[in-house]
Amino acid sequence: MIEKDLARAFLITMKKIRIFEEEAVKLFAGHELPGWLHSYIGEEAVATGVCLALNPGDYISSTHRGHGHCIAKGVSLRKMMAELYGKETGYCKGRGGSMHIADFSMGMLGANGIVGGGIPIATGAALGSQMNKDNKVTVCFFGDGASNQGAFHESLNLASVWKLPIVYVCENNLFAETTPQTDHQAIHNIADRAVAYGMPGVIADGMDVISVYNVARKAIDRARSGEGPTLLEAKTYRYRGHWEGDPQPYRSKADIEEWKKKDPIINFERFLIDQKLFTVPEIKSLTEEIINEINDAIEFGRTSPFADPQACLSTLYL
Amino acid sequence: MRQITFREAIHEVLDYELETNSDVFLLGEDIGPLGGAFGVTKGLWEKYGNERVRNTPLSEVAIVGAATGAASVGKRPIAEIMFCDFLFVAGDQLVNQTPKMRFMFGDQCQLPLVIRTTIGAGQSAAAQHSQSLEGMLAHIPGFITVVPSTPHDAKGLLKTAIENNNPVLFYEHKGLYNIIGEVPKEMYSIPFGVADIKRAGSDLTIIATAETMHKSLRVAERLQKEGFSIEVIDPRTLVPLDIETLVLSVKKTHRAVIVHEAHLSYGPGAEIAARLADEAFDYLDAPIKRVGAKDIPIPMAPHLESYIIPQEADIERAVRSLIHY
Repeated sequence: MIEKDLARAFLITMKKIRIFEEEAVKLFAGHELPGWLHSYIGEEAVATGVCLALNPGDYISSTHRGHGHCIAKGVSLRKMMAELYGKETGYCKGRGGSMHIADFSMGMLGANGIVGGGIPIATGAALGSQMNKDNKVTVCFFGDGASNQGAFHESLNLASVWKLPIVYVCENNLFAETTPQTDHQAIHNIADRAVAYGMPGVIADGMDVISVYNVARKAIDRARSGEGPTLLEAKTYRYRGHWEGDPQPYRSKADIEEWKKKDPIINFERFLIDQKLFTVPEIKSLTEEIINEINDAIEFGRTSPFADPQACLSTLYL
Repeated sequence: MRQITFREAIHEVLDYELETNSDVFLLGEDIGPLGGAFGVTKGLWEKYGNERVRNTPLSEVAIVGAATGAASVGKRPIAEIMFCDFLFVAGDQLVNQTPKMRFMFGDQCQLPLVIRTTIGAGQSAAAQHSQSLEGMLAHIPGFITVVPSTPHDAKGLLKTAIENNNPVLFYEHKGLYNIIGEVPKEMYSIPFGVADIKRAGSDLTIIATAETMHKSLRVAERLQKEGFSIEVIDPRTLVPLDIETLVLSVKKTHRAVIVHEAHLSYGPGAEIAARLADEAFDYLDAPIKRVGAKDIPIPMAPHLESYIIPQEADIERAVRSLIHY
């Protein structure tokens, strides 16, 4: 059984991610947002289940598909949206955009435009925690594609030999950009690779927030108690292309529809209603609140000023 | 004054920082019981233990990434990359990650980290252990690039590097580790972006770094006997570059030779020459000359290696060609 408060937090977080992403996609299609966009729609249960198992001071690092991780870690939607608009009030003052949102005050150590590039850095944050004895855990998010990078191998090996307080969360959405998993690695379960590093490899149903939460909780507890890292593979799926504009010749609409039957939000809502934890009107009102919050964030981004280019020149070596 | 080696000068700063700053730690390949491939960290592992002097796997990506991540959460790591040739195993970290983070994330974090590495040929170590690649990452905004030539400068610049809140690349020429020079016992800092006039002169300016600074000094001494007065300046940091001091010197001597062991084409000398041409064109009485390693991989056999690497004769030839221009 699940407590109502936790269930509410799961639902709100997943819906926030979904609605934020849907709005961002629309704004991007309408040429209101510059830059690139990699939608997290479909994968909401992973970021939510993992981040809600963390303590507020814990660290996460993220990927080019990072909005979900940011929202699940509780960062400001206003500052996120302003960053997508390239405004001075955004997290990176318009310098980073969608692929580089960070909020160090919330332990969100940065999204990353290079596949696998954040894995060694997250490992270093965990090293800092271990040396400072601050009892923090780092979660490092990456995808199936990144699990083929050398940075993945070097980092997991180092974390294992030094017993660092980190959980490596591989979001296996079955595609490395546009290449199916079956074409980019000869294994089915990426968690199997953990054996090579002498750490546990565990699998969660990435379409089920409760499954992700339970598996993550265990791995996070293990890391916090000094027993070392875990490789957690969440089996998931992205509904949209690798990037907004991806023609997706590598999969069929039927495949996508099949996965949508496992939708993490719709199914969770159904579960909550079945269990009589929430009523339909309750969910409706909670959804409206989220829509209002996101509309407020969009308005904030839209009306915020652009940064002064001169100011940007003087800040490299502060 | 007390005289110590270049190696001892660096060791002294590392020892002091480990002793006085609990956020400082070292990580790198073979830096523990062995004391590093060039003996710089010898004794520190015994003194400070595994936690502060961390022997790593042979994993440059993880070393640079871990140092970057630890720095981003408040530690002050000093990473050792055994040879600068190995830096580029960690290419993504060094090009896309470490130098970008502060700016790209809107100044949210500081990155107080130092990467010490070695440059230079002269040991018949061939093409993958002999390069001088200090110019390559000077091209990437976000790094400070330090190239000391004397024990005194090495000590003061490393102190500044560790105190700085930005990523610093600190290049140690292997041929300099055993040279001896005057070094104060107490700690001191040398600011970045301040060139040092190693020898004053009035007829021509040589701008040289690392071991080529010493070669240039010897050339200058020899030519003095023929009545030529050569000024030798070491910029000490390539980023930031003290262009003012270089321009002032050229305005006085009207002739400039730039020397480094890095390959000639697209090397640091090209940048310095372009800036001098920009800012001192009206004062020049001759073209700016560059002396660097020939543009081929560094060979093993000693006679081939010394043919590729700039020698005193090469520097002297360049100087004479300008004096008689």
